[in-house]
Amino acid sequence: MRKDELETPYQIMDPAGKMLGAMPEGLTNQKLLEWYRLMWEIRYYSNKTVALQRQGRSTTWGPLNGQEATAIGMGAVLQPQDWMVGSYRDAGAYMAKGYPMKALFYYTRGFSIAPELVGQDKRCLPYQIVLATQTLHGVGIAMASRIKKENAVTMIGVGDGASSEGDFNEALNFAGVFKAPAVIVLVNNGWAISTPRSHQSAAKYLMHRAVGFGMPGMLVDGNDVLACYSVMKEAVERARHGEGPTLIEAVTYRHGAHTTADDPTRYRDPKEVEYWMQRDPTLRLKNYLVEQGVWDEEKDRQIREEVESYVNEQADIAYNHPTPGPDGMFTNTYEKLTPRMLKQREELRRELNLEAEVK
Amino acid sequence: MTLTATKLTIIEALNQALATEMERDQRIVLLGEDIGKNGGVFRVTDGLQARFGEDRVFDTPLAESGIIGTSIGLAVNGLRPIAEIQFAGFMFVAMNQIVSQAARIRTRSAGMYHCPLVIRAPYGGGIRTPEMHADSLEGVFLQTPGLKVVLPSSPYDAKGLLISAIEDPDPVIFLENIKLYRSFKQEVPPERYTIPLGQAATLQEGSDITIITYGAMVPVSQQAAHKVQEETGASIEIIDLRTIWPMDEEAIIKSVTKTGRAIVVHEAPRAGGVNSEVVSIINDNCLYSLLKPVARVTGYDTPFPSPGLEDSYIPTVSRVVKALRQTLED
Repeated sequence: MRKDELETPYQIMDPAGKMLGAMPEGLTNQKLLEWYRLMWEIRYYSNKTVALQRQGRSTTWGPLNGQEATAIGMGAVLQPQDWMVGSYRDAGAYMAKGYPMKALFYYTRGFSIAPELVGQDKRCLPYQIVLATQTLHGVGIAMASRIKKENAVTMIGVGDGASSEGDFNEALNFAGVFKAPAVIVLVNNGWAISTPRSHQSAAKYLMHRAVGFGMPGMLVDGNDVLACYSVMKEAVERARHGEGPTLIEAVTYRHGAHTTADDPTRYRDPKEVEYWMQRDPTLRLKNYLVEQGVWDEEKDRQIREEVESYVNEQADIAYNHPTPGPDGMFTNTYEKLTPRMLKQREELRRELNLEAEVK
Repeated sequence: MTLTATKLTIIEALNQALATEMERDQRIVLLGEDIGKNGGVFRVTDGLQARFGEDRVFDTPLAESGIIGTSIGLAVNGLRPIAEIQFAGFMFVAMNQIVSQAARIRTRSAGMYHCPLVIRAPYGGGIRTPEMHADSLEGVFLQTPGLKVVLPSSPYDAKGLLISAIEDPDPVIFLENIKLYRSFKQEVPPERYTIPLGQAATLQEGSDITIITYGAMVPVSQQAAHKVQEETGASIEIIDLRTIWPMDEEAIIKSVTKTGRAIVVHEAPRAGGVNSEVVSIINDNCLYSLLKPVARVTGYDTPFPSPGLEDSYIPTVSRVVKALRQTLED
């Protein structure tokens, strides 16, 4: 069993949905209902991608289930001019910042981004595959905002596994030295594929690393959307007011497999999974809303149906969207293709008939 | 006021190019180890921090991946970073950021974001640097689409090529040969000028044999050519590639088709290097013009040796002379 959640991190709402502290300023039941719906959008988006992968229509996919509260915190505290830089497991945070679901579906269909599906620049870098490298990009983006004296904060997502990479540590170091207006959210979901959190670092909490890089470190219950919002909001405000970066460790759990190519029963104790299913972020927020008298089972059933059909629509848009031809691999390698690439593109175009030709 | 050309070393020409561009374009920022007050360990950025301030010229923590990774962010967010890696041999520390990240952000984002970044680094041997400081690793970058790779051989070219690299909307690796840095001076016009990337220079025209080279091997090739011309009267063409990616294939094909003989000279190791690419280009395009096999004069396929042995590793005038003589034989 994981040990790093035994001491309670910062919470506003307990796993049963009972308030332990005050409601963060500016949050209304209306807002919480929006977030509750968004949680299901993220979860159903992920489930749909798994289904599409099983049908051979999506690439390998890393499910997001269980991490929705952290994702919503990360996105909800940002303004349009702010940046979001994360890895694949932060796709939910991208959605919370306003990144269109259909654009995410298009990517897992097996193509690089379709700008026309993204629409106006959402200031979200393509989510990162080589983990932790994005933390440096995010810090660089924040450094540029500071140099240009722009009122923009960069939200950086990174996992517990990636925190062992050199780039993560270099990113915190650069962020500290250059007082980058950045918030680094270390989404600790307990597992890096099959490697437990305890094998990433002997430190009791990963956020303790903040001390070594001269910035505040916070520990938050990553399944408590109110606590996530509150802590992240404070960090974003600090960054926005020139007070530098913050490292936040959000303790959450990956309900499912690392990816569609993984079988977590090989390495995880089912009891641990069961323990964390009780701490499901959707359950917690639902309990609170029911307690408030603004939610019930009927409404719940209804909204989940609505979300499901919305997710299907988004997937349909992405899967019916025009795709580049095979010669699209040349596009965007450089602003202007080199003479050799132009030649090779012609070669590829000619060879598209090759299959028929050599028969 | 009339501006007159002054004689500058490569270091001074690069410094002038940086200052000229920083004056013109407020988006340009310089970052790297010891580039501020110290002006870089070779002084390429000398005086620039005092002139342009600490927001535009700044020392970073000692972390190459950090320098390139943050530079990518700076570039994506609208600045024009010029990152200095203290020695090219240390670029391997940042290889993922260069190859998988800087070179691919335009492709990954379908053109929504791009990375106008220049990575400058001194490379090459011959000045008794400690080990691991003298590698010529440009060949590695032939297999990293998305980058451009420039290696100037003279002060005039250094300035014009650096300005083009800074203007370029995509990441450029700008490799500066350590031995050439201060080895000679050349007249460099004080005004701004550019030399297009991807264009070789024909340093001298000839009809009997072509030398294809770049970087520190340019003067070595020139000396060897001079000697062979004197003794045999052969007419030797010398092509300085200047940019190895994209490579000026037309210049190579045109020259070798004309001369029918060629040698390739560079300091980097032989296997899979620039020489291999040049020979392949000749093979694909003008094999039947060849009168003799193409000779290759390069570093050996060993790690760059300790300083005590480097003179035997780096191609010498004699090795180039021998290759010229053999290739000129009927």
